[in-house]
Amino acid sequence: MRLIPTEEQRDLAAAVRSFLADRAPMSRVREIAESADEPYDRAVWARMSSELGLAGLAVPAEHGGSGAGFGEVAAVLEELGAALTPVPYLSAAVAASLLVALDAKDLLPGVAAGETVAVVAPPGEEPPVGRLVDRGEWVLEGAVEPVPDGPSADLLLVVASTGDGRRGVFAVAPDAPGLTVTPLASFDTTRPQARLGLRGVPARPLGAPDAGAAVDRALDVAAVLLAAEQLGGMRRCLDAIVEYAKLRVQFGRYVGSFQGVKHRLADMHCVLEQAESIVRYAVWAADEAPDELPEAAALAASFMGRAYFQVANDHLLLHGGIGFTWEHDAHLYYKRAKADELMLGAPRVHRARLAAVLGLT
Amino acid sequence: MTDLDEYRSRARAWLAERTADLPPDPGLAECRAFMADLYDAGYVGITWPVEYGGRGLTAAEERAFQQAAADLPLPVGVFGIGLGMCGPTLLSLGTEEQKRRYVRPLLRGEEIWCQMFSEPGAGSDVASLQTRAVRDGDHWVVDGQKVWTSVARQADLGLLIARTDPDVPKHQGITMFVVDMHDPGVDVRPLRDMTGESHFNEVFFTGVRVPAENVVGEVDGGWSAAVTTLLHERVSIGMGAARTERPASFAALRTAARERGLLGEPGVRDLLLDLYLRERAFDLLNARMSQEVRAGIQPGARGSVSKLLLADLTMAGADLASEILGPECLTGDGPIARALAWAPGMALGGGTNEIMRNIIGDRVLGLPREPQVDRNIPYKALKVGTQAKEDGR
Repeated sequence: MRLIPTEEQRDLAAAVRSFLADRAPMSRVREIAESADEPYDRAVWARMSSELGLAGLAVPAEHGGSGAGFGEVAAVLEELGAALTPVPYLSAAVAASLLVALDAKDLLPGVAAGETVAVVAPPGEEPPVGRLVDRGEWVLEGAVEPVPDGPSADLLLVVASTGDGRRGVFAVAPDAPGLTVTPLASFDTTRPQARLGLRGVPARPLGAPDAGAAVDRALDVAAVLLAAEQLGGMRRCLDAIVEYAKLRVQFGRYVGSFQGVKHRLADMHCVLEQAESIVRYAVWAADEAPDELPEAAALAASFMGRAYFQVANDHLLLHGGIGFTWEHDAHLYYKRAKADELMLGAPRVHRARLAAVLGLT
Repeated sequence: MTDLDEYRSRARAWLAERTADLPPDPGLAECRAFMADLYDAGYVGITWPVEYGGRGLTAAEERAFQQAAADLPLPVGVFGIGLGMCGPTLLSLGTEEQKRRYVRPLLRGEEIWCQMFSEPGAGSDVASLQTRAVRDGDHWVVDGQKVWTSVARQADLGLLIARTDPDVPKHQGITMFVVDMHDPGVDVRPLRDMTGESHFNEVFFTGVRVPAENVVGEVDGGWSAAVTTLLHERVSIGMGAARTERPASFAALRTAARERGLLGEPGVRDLLLDLYLRERAFDLLNARMSQEVRAGIQPGARGSVSKLLLADLTMAGADLASEILGPECLTGDGPIARALAWAPGMALGGGTNEIMRNIIGDRVLGLPREPQVDRNIPYKALKVGTQAKEDGR
């Protein structure tokens, strides 16, 4: 079990951090987040994909990627989470891992090059239905809402029920007949959301009609990678409020010298230390210990959603009134943390899954 | 097989043979004999310098030995304060003579050590201590009282901090000494704690004459020495806990809840999940910090994080155990009753939870310190503890 990053991962994180500081400062994040017609920062995405080669990081070399692991993807996501960079990297990384699992050879090179932004439409409680029609072709019926990064997708991977409790994964082009992709107002403006309406949409099945095991694994991977992104955001929040507590003076003292503030910051630091330990473990399990992944993913999801929101909330509150203003960045982290907490299901969903994995039933 | 693997399996074989006929509850003489054999076999002071009796090997061998010993209850607890706190302090601050005189017997278990910092009036604020040491020729004369002293009854030697200059601010007038615990002026009394047992002692000093060469570090420079010792303490409390057994672990309580048919209760399930998250996070944090140590990153003040989380985990486990087991867990002196009685000790010993939060804030996060009203006032002008101060102290 490896719980500390390798030197290469630290170097990668540092390179991404300096790239983002240069190319995607908070002013640029806000520009994209507040723009009506730019779902994501295409300029940053293009450079991340071409110059830094990040899009295909965990895609095997024979499919055009770099053949690295989730540890490297997590290193990138920590930085993106810290900087709130509005790019569909998390979604694309999850989609890439699903495509690798389904051996979708023809789709992977475009995804690995970052030319195709692939996005998984997560199966909710009522997933769309896939039907076999004439000549062995499939069509999809139903709706999925919300789909994170849906407005950014060049390729949608729709999880649909194919009867008898089976689930299939279907590739759908955003301009497919019968498909509507409706952008939704998003609480977290740094991550766009969409509603997919599917009315007899022709779709191409990837892998077998029963891809349930690959879907479950992709959801576990999604939980682990999301946790890495949350860790980065959490650390940035704590750094920011600690810095502020060293500058802000009230009652003739730096506010960070008051125990009422200091002890809360100390507790936030304890949460961060726990969070980093859990994320490192979960990422290691995703790379090296597939047997441990379901428990590790449920652990990460159950811990990180609450933890990040708690830290983001305290970070906002400890700023005082300035934290409640639109101009201050605190609310961007607060909203990201809340949206992240619910993205793959509310905490109760993850806790129920964790309870099942642990035999608490 | 690498050299390390070989080292580990040699250690494992040695330990298996030597521990085979140990009695379940060995007495002090047996503990000392075991420690001497362990030392002679090369497994004590593995990373300590050769010139003072250590083996001069690396953290990798130390780790290999820990792995070999992982599942064995070695009877070495009574030497823990010496190995974990007093020894490292002597190595970094002791004179050449002190290191040659004390370290080898410490490692071999010939001399047991204790550490005497806390006082009834100086708990969280140890630097306000009142025990005095007054220079008299080539000796210092010590009078006063210490408390919460582990293994004082067994100890041959102790590290003591005492006030040597009351005319300067409190942190500046403290000196560290090596004290002979067999001196007739040293009176050790067991302190019965809330568990009903005596894990700690009070130590009274009456006119104890300590040779001047027993000063550790600089005269009046004892505070920074004490801080070094306490850092070792927190790391060893927090990280040492990974190996202690937990009667109120998640796994144990899951079994207990299942046997009682309580897993169907959403409230119980939720509390078990909370305990699981806490326990996993704690264990993973300790594992991560151990890996960092091996990679050359010292935990430093982050030991306080581990210690604080352990205190919370200990209480949460004991508390949930009582929820699941009901009133019968409080009768018959069972493990949960003992865990509940022990839990507050974890939140107090080695520094209270509030002090841990101060340390994390000040030393890990680098926050501005609280204004210290006693910082630049001579010690003798301060209010100290809960008792009226005698004039001139």
